[in-house]
Amino acid sequence: MNPLVAIGASVLAGFAAIGRVARFAGTALLRLLQPPWYPAQWFNQMLVIGWLSLPVVGLTAIFTGSALAQQIFIGGSRFNAASTVPAVTVIGVVRELGPVLGGLMVAGRVASAMAAELGTMRVTEQIDALVTLRTDPFRWLVAPRILAAVLVMPVLVLVSNALGVMGGWLLATQRLGFNSAQYLATTARYLEADDVISSLVKSAVFGFFIALMGCYHGYRSGGGAAGVGKATTNAVVSSFILILLANLVITVIVFGS
Amino acid sequence: MTIPRIQLAGLAKRFGSRQVLAGVDLAVMPGESLVIIGGSGTGKSVTLKIILGLIAPDSGSIKVDGHEVVGLKGAALDAHRARFGMLFQGGALFDSLPVWRNVSFALEGSAASRRAAAIDNLARVGLGPEVADLKPSELSGGMQKRVALARAIAPRPPIIFFDEPTAGLDPITAAVINDLIRELATQLKITALTITHDMHSVRTVADRVAMLHGGVIIWQGPLASLDGCDNPYVRQFITGSAHGPIQMPGAR
Repeated sequence: MNPLVAIGASVLAGFAAIGRVARFAGTALLRLLQPPWYPAQWFNQMLVIGWLSLPVVGLTAIFTGSALAQQIFIGGSRFNAASTVPAVTVIGVVRELGPVLGGLMVAGRVASAMAAELGTMRVTEQIDALVTLRTDPFRWLVAPRILAAVLVMPVLVLVSNALGVMGGWLLATQRLGFNSAQYLATTARYLEADDVISSLVKSAVFGFFIALMGCYHGYRSGGGAAGVGKATTNAVVSSFILILLANLVITVIVFGS
Repeated sequence: MTIPRIQLAGLAKRFGSRQVLAGVDLAVMPGESLVIIGGSGTGKSVTLKIILGLIAPDSGSIKVDGHEVVGLKGAALDAHRARFGMLFQGGALFDSLPVWRNVSFALEGSAASRRAAAIDNLARVGLGPEVADLKPSELSGGMQKRVALARAIAPRPPIIFFDEPTAGLDPITAAVINDLIRELATQLKITALTITHDMHSVRTVADRVAMLHGGVIIWQGPLASLDGCDNPYVRQFITGSAHGPIQMPGAR
């Protein structure tokens, strides 16, 4: 095949995929604006996405915050800047590591579960059954997951940020000889409102992409068990990529100037 | 003249290069139990899904009680679907919901009234109230089929579709399901359209039989005329012979 034809076909396929995702997202968002709503579904999804992700996100935050503090101490000691540990740790955790690592952990746990659940529902005709029972699958399955993820992710990341800072504080005070009160005072002095706001905005956007990719790939899956497996992999990979891309865009917009 | 409950005319559907339906003409009369037989992959399930509006046909007409339903959207499509119940091949019960919520899914009212209605419908298919709070995964295949049947009849639709109702069941459970379908169809005065390749189902459930092959209905007639039919395709199908005009796809 002519290489130009192959490149052109890939580009067109890429645009078609973007169009399909955008249409899927638009349909789900429109359903959020019109009744009927299913509050029990929303609540259940908030529990699944938020509460059940807390252990893995919390542990990730504590370990990462501690490791970051250790690395900053080692690096900073080379040019007599070891005292920057509290300031750099809080900025690093709140601006980047909390939302990004939290997002990636939730994506690994939730996007895969959503894709597997919806994919199984698709191949076992449960989604067709919903339609024949006059229930819109977008209202019942997709919209509650997206809304729950967008609402819960900022709360989850707030907790993650706090635990990440706590991890750094624990290591710094227990191992590196920092004074506890002084560490916390420095942390509070260097933490700005923009840091927290950007963290919350990022996490809400990440939540949207996680649920969107989980639902999109699951809803469109086919081909039996192999198709569901492929949908699950695609959901995780695509949500990872979108999280990292969105993080870059938001970081440049908020802090680039 | 009685208007058919469902009338298909020239129904066609292609998936990629494969012409699944190539002009299906068929009528189902009110209160009748019609069974469509045909080999795997001949488009039986696709026909049901097109009538329900789950798949759009490429061409052709579908009339329900004389009204064209192809192209319906929104509330009109919902109203069209409200006239149907559907028993899916695998049951298609919602894993995350207990049995009673599956059965009462399309019903309105308070939780207590829906639960009572679910238990009443479970009794109609021979299941006791003790299964109401179980999850579908805790039931055997036969019990899942019964629950799915209870869900299909719960809103008392005038038309019910049965997609391979005995697939994957042992002969005794299959006979129970066939008897239940026949009994419910008579008791509830529904119009039933069943697709199957199980000849025991055909003989228990059908008033009339139609055979789908090559994307078209190649034969139809009353159940009593099935065994005397001289159509070689029908003969091969009902005798289950490997030799005849029907060849397995890909066979040499």
